[in-house]
Amino acid sequence: MVKESYQREEILALLSEIKDPEIPVVTIEEMGMLRDVILSDKGCEILLTPTYTACSAMEIIEQDILSTLKEARIENAKVTMVFAPAWTTDWMSETTKEKLIQFGIAAPVHSSCSNWLSPKNVEVKCPKCESTDTKLISQFGSTACKALYSCNHCQEPFDYFKCH
Amino acid sequence: MTKQEALYKYLLQLGDNALIQSHRLSEWCSKGPILEEDLALTNIALDYIGRAQNLLQYAGEVKGNGQSADHLAYRRPEHQYYNNLIAEMPKGDFAFTIAKQLLISTYELLLYTELCNSKDETLAGIAGKAIKEVRYHWTHARDWCYRLGKGTVLSNDLLKQAVNDLWMYTGEQFEMGAEEILMANEGIGCDNKALQNKWLEMVQTVLTDSNIKTPADTYSQTGGRKGIHTENMGHILSEMQYLQRAYPDAIW
Repeated sequence: MVKESYQREEILALLSEIKDPEIPVVTIEEMGMLRDVILSDKGCEILLTPTYTACSAMEIIEQDILSTLKEARIENAKVTMVFAPAWTTDWMSETTKEKLIQFGIAAPVHSSCSNWLSPKNVEVKCPKCESTDTKLISQFGSTACKALYSCNHCQEPFDYFKCH
Repeated sequence: MTKQEALYKYLLQLGDNALIQSHRLSEWCSKGPILEEDLALTNIALDYIGRAQNLLQYAGEVKGNGQSADHLAYRRPEHQYYNNLIAEMPKGDFAFTIAKQLLISTYELLLYTELCNSKDETLAGIAGKAIKEVRYHWTHARDWCYRLGKGTVLSNDLLKQAVNDLWMYTGEQFEMGAEEILMANEGIGCDNKALQNKWLEMVQTVLTDSNIKTPADTYSQTGGRKGIHTENMGHILSEMQYLQRAYPDAIW
C-alpha cells in the first residue's frame, strides 16, 4: 500500500538505505553525504553534500535518490548540493570504518582537522593481514577519496580512504 | 562596476584558473611517466574540473541570465577568459608540470584559506571544499620537487629550467584588478598582494630543500586577467570547445 504522506524522518529512513555506488558496503547516510530532508508546500528537497568536488558518484547517487522517492510515490522531489559544512571523514562512525576494512579499504586514521602539513603517527593498518608495516605508494588512487598503499608484510597493495 | 558585476568577473577568474589548469593536467591522461602519476595527475585534474564547475555555475547564477556552467566553460570567446597566464602554459615535461603545480598550488593554498572566510556564503562553501583538495595537490607537488631536485643531475636540471621558465608568469597571481579590489573591500574576495610574501617564502623553502635556487625578481608577464592571452590559449580552446561548437547543446 502506498502512503498518502510522509514525515521527514520516514523519508530520511528510506534514503538511508541507498548504498554508495563506489563502496557498496556503506550507505550514503553512513558516509555523511545525506545531510537533510526539507518538506514544504513545494515538495521534498534533499540536501546532499559531495565527498570531493568532482566525485563522479554524485550523479548516480542523485538518480538513486530520485528513483527511490519515485517508487514511494513521493512527488516533486529535488536534490540540492550543499557545500557547507564541508564533508569530512570525521563524520564516519567506527562501525562505518569497520565496514570499510571488511571490504578491503583501510579506514581514515586521523582527524582531517589535525595538522595536515606534518601528520604525526599515521599508522595505516593493512586491511588484509592487519600489519602496520605498510607504505604509501601514492596519495591518489582509484577514486578521488582513496590513496594507494602496499603492505610490507603480506605484500598486498590496498586502498586507503584518505583523511579529508 | 556594481558589486554583482565584480562578483561575476571574480568568479570567472577563479573558475577559469581551475578550468584551464584542469585541461592541462588532463593532457597527462595515459601519458604519465608511471601509472601512479598518471592517476595522480588526472585525479588532480578532476578536482579542478569540479571546482571550475561549481564556480562557473555560481557565476551563471550571479549573472542571472540563465547561463550554465557548461555554457560559460565552452562557449565564451578567448578574450572573455580571465585565467592567469601560468595556467595556460603547456604541460611540458613532468618536471615542468610539477614546477607549475607547486607555483600554482602554493598560491591556491593561501588564496582558498582566505576565501573560506568570505562573506559570500556560497563562495566560502566552495572554498571550504577546495582547500582540502589543494592541500593534497600541494604536498604532491612538493614531494616531487624534492625527488626531482635531489634526484639526478638531469632531473635537477629539468626542474631548475622549469622554475626559471615559469617564474615570469608567477607575479600575475598577485595582481589586483578593479573587481578584485572591490571584492576584497566587501570582504568577499581576497587581497592577493598580501599573499605574495608568504607565497615567496613557502616556494623558496621547497626549492631550497630541493637544491634549486629561487630565481631573482624578473619582468612579469601579465594580461590573462584582462582577457589578453598567450598563443597557447587559442590552441586550448580549439580543442576544449570543439564539441560544443560543432554540436551545440550535445549531451551524452
